[in-house]
Amino acid sequence: METFWHLMDGFVTSFELINLFMIVLGVVAGLFVGAMPGLGSVNGVAILLPITFIVPPTSAIIFLGALYYGAMYGGAISSIMLGIPGASTAVATTFDGRPMALKGQADTALIAAATASFFGGTVSIILFTLFAPPLADFALSFGPPEEFALMLMAFATFVGLGGDSILKTLFCISFGLVLSAVGLDILSGEPRLVFGNPSYLAGLITGDKYYLAEFTIGFMRKISFLVLAIGIYGIGEMLWTIETTKGGITFSQANVTLRGIIRTIGALRKNIPMMTFGSLLGFFVGILPAAGATPGSLMAYGMAKSFSRNPQAFGTGIVDGVVAPESANNAASTGSMLPMLTLGIPGSPTTAILLGGMIAWGLTPGPTLFSEVETQEFVWGLIASLYVANTAALVFNLAFIPIFVMVLKMPFTILAPVIFLLCVVGGYVPNLNMHDVWLMLIFGLGGYILRKLAYPMAPIVLAIVLGPLAEESLRQSLSISQGEIWIFFMMEKPLPDQFFTEPRIALLFVIMSVALFSFPLVKMVLNARKQRQS
Amino acid sequence: MRKAELYVSLVLALFSVYLMFKSAELPIGWLPGEGPGGGAFPFWLSLVMFVSSALIFIRALFGASAESRSTEKFMDSESKRLFMLVLLSLTALIGGIHVVGFYISIPLFMVFYIRFLGNHTWQISLSIGIVSPLLIFSLFEKVLIKLLPKGFTEPLFYVFFS
Repeated sequence: METFWHLMDGFVTSFELINLFMIVLGVVAGLFVGAMPGLGSVNGVAILLPITFIVPPTSAIIFLGALYYGAMYGGAISSIMLGIPGASTAVATTFDGRPMALKGQADTALIAAATASFFGGTVSIILFTLFAPPLADFALSFGPPEEFALMLMAFATFVGLGGDSILKTLFCISFGLVLSAVGLDILSGEPRLVFGNPSYLAGLITGDKYYLAEFTIGFMRKISFLVLAIGIYGIGEMLWTIETTKGGITFSQANVTLRGIIRTIGALRKNIPMMTFGSLLGFFVGILPAAGATPGSLMAYGMAKSFSRNPQAFGTGIVDGVVAPESANNAASTGSMLPMLTLGIPGSPTTAILLGGMIAWGLTPGPTLFSEVETQEFVWGLIASLYVANTAALVFNLAFIPIFVMVLKMPFTILAPVIFLLCVVGGYVPNLNMHDVWLMLIFGLGGYILRKLAYPMAPIVLAIVLGPLAEESLRQSLSISQGEIWIFFMMEKPLPDQFFTEPRIALLFVIMSVALFSFPLVKMVLNARKQRQS
Repeated sequence: MRKAELYVSLVLALFSVYLMFKSAELPIGWLPGEGPGGGAFPFWLSLVMFVSSALIFIRALFGASAESRSTEKFMDSESKRLFMLVLLSLTALIGGIHVVGFYISIPLFMVFYIRFLGNHTWQISLSIGIVSPLLIFSLFEKVLIKLLPKGFTEPLFYVFFS
């Protein structure tokens, strides 16, 4: 019942004029970045985060949350119309969406995708509302050892379930963590991994006075996660897309009418089981730290196919093949916000950037968001706004399909320089620092090269965001236990004749981390044995 | 692809060693009664980086990873040309900001990109080249009060802020 009243309070927040405006703006921006090939929710959030500093944090997160949703809807548009996924989260939608468009059923596919997105969004946001408060309550009892063990588990999930090369994943996690260690050591205050400490002059305004001020640059001020995120997901992604979209693109025609919408939605009744399945699967995959909407939708498609009565129809252009991934990617995007808000562990690359944004806004992500009065407006405002944004995204998506199809015809050679420009400005503005802009270019370039060689990018971003928190909780724990590691397993120091005292929750996370880390090894051994037998 | 995989992992391994040396400037060991020292976190992680990149290199040497078996080129000549052009224009954009500032660097970049890389008409290139700095100026300098660097054109802007 308390949840209900909090949610009502949240609706009051989300219906404030500025927040409603933010929802609409976010949804439209999301539909746009989602629909444009080469841009997805993570790129939109990374590139636009610096601009959101104009509005209060609550409005900013509402904007970004709405953008996240909008992008899930928008991705389907180019997957169906062009056969190119508008975002990685919509890759699975091309499998059946594109064949449907080629059969002349583009409008049915678009409407089915939008409706399934709405369905997935609704199911998952309801689950979210129910799960979040108890989970946050439970997490309130966590101390530094639990926090560290939880983060360890997040990294272990990448290794165990990430699906990329284990060595490359391991490298990327460590690299992100090392990057996060640059700057001043949190405990002793000594500089580490800094390379000189130059300064420069820049214009500043205080009141109405304009003057030049001196700024410290260089690595002394840490490497901002935003610089890395914009580098990888802005510059790097653009370089990637420039290379991959050299070829020609064929358009499909879609004619969406109100009558068509009503008829299609009516006919979707028989796809409800598939949508429910996609939503639930997406939600739970979204919660896992290594996964987000992309694996969520791919898994939903794969499993929908294997459970279907006629799996061979998948891929030929059937509605079930569109609704399963589309409901899953929306559900997963909501699911990935659950651990971000309740535990402070992001469930996807996009939420990792959101988490970094929350820290920049001066908030502490984690269970206290739900328990402290000052932050309740923020968190429930966001949750209520997701309900509103989901509905808004459905309406805008269906109403403006012709416009989005037109937008897709915008040449990439105009979009790309605009994005580059936004990246450069976005890299500069948070710290008014050209050093950050150069660093961003280097990260973009490096990210592009590493990505071509199948190094996963998500762990780097997650690691640079979680790095300072992980190191702090690790060292705090160890200073409590005076440098001994029993603190991660049990409540009290065992006496000399004792092996074990009362276990603590962190033990569970440690065991799961070890299991996840060793998962690929076990798989390798099993595979080798199978090969020897055959 | 094979060459790229080998070179990149080698560079990464060397870079990790460099990071290990840099981290070791702070205590990397276990301070009694305190836990790990300030350099420990980056040091041991750099070691993980080194070990994994070294293993990637060794695996690539024996052709054990998909990338190292691929005979595909890392970049064909067409993408290499495009990539270099984009990269150079970006470097010129950012380098130019130091000297001539945002408001000269941006239009030049936009016009160059749209006209010469995109092959659009002069009308489109020039209009985007003129509109984009105006939009950026009004959003960032006027609304957000975040001043962008202007290089030697700095004095020209004093009139807007007096």
